[in-house]
Amino acid sequence: MMAHDKACWVVDLGLIQYGPAFDLQRRLVAARKAAAVPDVLLLCEHPHVITLGRNGHQENLLASSHLLRQMGVEFHATNRGGDITYHGPGQIVGYPILNLAAIRRDVAWYVRQLEEAMIRATAEFGIEAGRKAGLTGVWVDVSSDGVNGQASEKLAAIGVHLSRWVTSHGFAYNVSTDLRYFDLIVPCGIPDKRATSLERLLGHAVSREEVAPRIVGHLGEIFGREMQFVSRETLEEVLQEHETPVAHAGV
Amino acid sequence: MSTNVIMPQMGESIFEGTITKWLKKPGEKVERDEPLFEISTDKVDAEIPSPAAGVLKEIKVSEGQTVPIQTVVGVIDADGAGAATVAPAPAKPQAKEEPMHLGEPTKAEMAKPAPPAPAPRPAPVAAAGASAPPQRPGTEKVRSSPLVRRLARENSIDLTQVPGTGAGGRVSKRDILSAIEGGGARGQQAPASASRPAAVPPPAAGASQARLGEQAHAAFESAVPRERMYFGNYSVEPMSVMRQKIAEHMVLSKRVSPHVYSIDEADVTGLVKLRNQKKDEFERTTGSKLTFMPFFIRAAVEGLRAFPTVNSSVDGTNIVYHRECNIGIAVALDWGLIVPVVKNAEEKNFLGLQRAINDLAERARSKRLKPEEVQEGTFSITNPGVFGGLMGLPVISQPNVAILGLGTIEKRPVVVDDAIAIRSMVYLTLSYDHRVVDGAIAHQFMGKIKHFLENWTESIL
Repeated sequence: MMAHDKACWVVDLGLIQYGPAFDLQRRLVAARKAAAVPDVLLLCEHPHVITLGRNGHQENLLASSHLLRQMGVEFHATNRGGDITYHGPGQIVGYPILNLAAIRRDVAWYVRQLEEAMIRATAEFGIEAGRKAGLTGVWVDVSSDGVNGQASEKLAAIGVHLSRWVTSHGFAYNVSTDLRYFDLIVPCGIPDKRATSLERLLGHAVSREEVAPRIVGHLGEIFGREMQFVSRETLEEVLQEHETPVAHAGV
Repeated sequence: MSTNVIMPQMGESIFEGTITKWLKKPGEKVERDEPLFEISTDKVDAEIPSPAAGVLKEIKVSEGQTVPIQTVVGVIDADGAGAATVAPAPAKPQAKEEPMHLGEPTKAEMAKPAPPAPAPRPAPVAAAGASAPPQRPGTEKVRSSPLVRRLARENSIDLTQVPGTGAGGRVSKRDILSAIEGGGARGQQAPASASRPAAVPPPAAGASQARLGEQAHAAFESAVPRERMYFGNYSVEPMSVMRQKIAEHMVLSKRVSPHVYSIDEADVTGLVKLRNQKKDEFERTTGSKLTFMPFFIRAAVEGLRAFPTVNSSVDGTNIVYHRECNIGIAVALDWGLIVPVVKNAEEKNFLGLQRAINDLAERARSKRLKPEEVQEGTFSITNPGVFGGLMGLPVISQPNVAILGLGTIEKRPVVVDDAIAIRSMVYLTLSYDHRVVDGAIAHQFMGKIKHFLENWTESIL
């Protein structure tokens, strides 16, 4: 009755606050465990928000809650892996809700593949991105800007949650992100790991719409899924159908 | 009947996991497949469902501990009976010698079929003759993770001589750590019965080390092998992120900038008198406390104007001369150190400086500094004197090329006009980057500051 088992629905949520996107993910994970939906990739863009992973350190947040409010930045503690990160306009945020049990039961592999999709998409813009051992994410080597020698900057971040091999959370790729917001989570102002964006690397403007389809394409290829764009309305309908009859089942 | 709860393998290249949270307490009931605990590996958090229904009888591995896969982390009692026990506090991690007990395969083994039985534990080796190398099934090649291979390399350990207790005879991190601790397979087999009670705890910096990359790595190097640090009674605490940043910055600064130190002293009897006279009035009329810091900043600005090299940064073979005098003031915090910056100190009058310092210090202590307020400093001042230090020789705060250290102000007998007089004196120290600042400049710069302090003429109100 559902699309066949290699299908992956791609749903573009557009600009959506972190909270509602998180709720939708939770519902999708429950539905995915019940096989009520196929694999789903949510794409979205968040208004300014700082999120802290389960193992994150609160002290990595430099700004006070007062300052965050003043700057219009939300703060959420959340259940993904990884530490603290920032999401905001100009970023492609992807939340793959995949049943890894049907793809490959290997979280390390999964994370490397997310990186791979973004590395390949970046290469299409003539930018060579790569990995750094022990530092999950997508990195670009930038030339020396002073005494620090060769430096790498982070183009995309990854943080994943897994429940019975169903994935949630995912990746955040900086297309034209205002990088100054990352300063809010760099303590001491001592430059160490800096964030970068595709726009900054290219030196000219580039839109999310130019980048997102490429990442989607590579994810489909890598995970062997057939990517099908589906509207949010359709997704909601299917979810509600699944949720209504078993009102109190699930988590 | 009891069911062992094991650390599942979450991927082919993953041989250990960290328990981040137990979702049930000992004694609590749990349903089969209900989330029981959470683990983290790499950037992934995963909830692990319970392999059986019953009561969580025992937690063997507590939150924050990292253990090899297949380790029994807890026990579920299907009958719901039995006293609940908790693992010892994480201060003595990995003390238990039963990581590899392979219970019946359970649902929690989501990853794969059970790996081949582990190699015999080191203990039986004693019976078989202490010199016998451990049996490893099948292949000659030692299976191990990159971390283990790195540890082996760094400690000159021959991996083939380390008994592997991990899945399939793999040499786990714990194996290599005990090999390192035991003086290891550096040629000789580690003694089968080590007398030490606990293996070396997981490196507190381990995770962050990986996180911080090559450059910062230097900050967390050890001068001696780790096993020489753990003796007697100890506790181990991870560095806070701020502490790690400070460590990195200091190592980097010392590595990049050849530090030279010059010492001078100034007679601040006049300033002490001035402050004592004016401090009540100053506080009454401005609402700000009157401290000595604005005097020193003013003097430093005079020095920087006269010797712009001291107010520069080094970019490769270029010297960046800063037109602004943005003075970083080191503020000691209970949890570390931060250097907020008084921007454009050259444009501020005395009161403006005093207000800026009070404001920055107060907000530094309440964690309300904005990122830009700790950036773009061109010179810095630190004041070990407030803690009674006679003088200090500070590390340069990058990307500055010099930092002024202030000693404590105290009365000392000094020679004035061939007579011994009691004067309020302060030691001034300058740490500077000899790549661009030479001793001649440094001492003239200090002379300027000294002269300005000793011949103060500006009004402070």
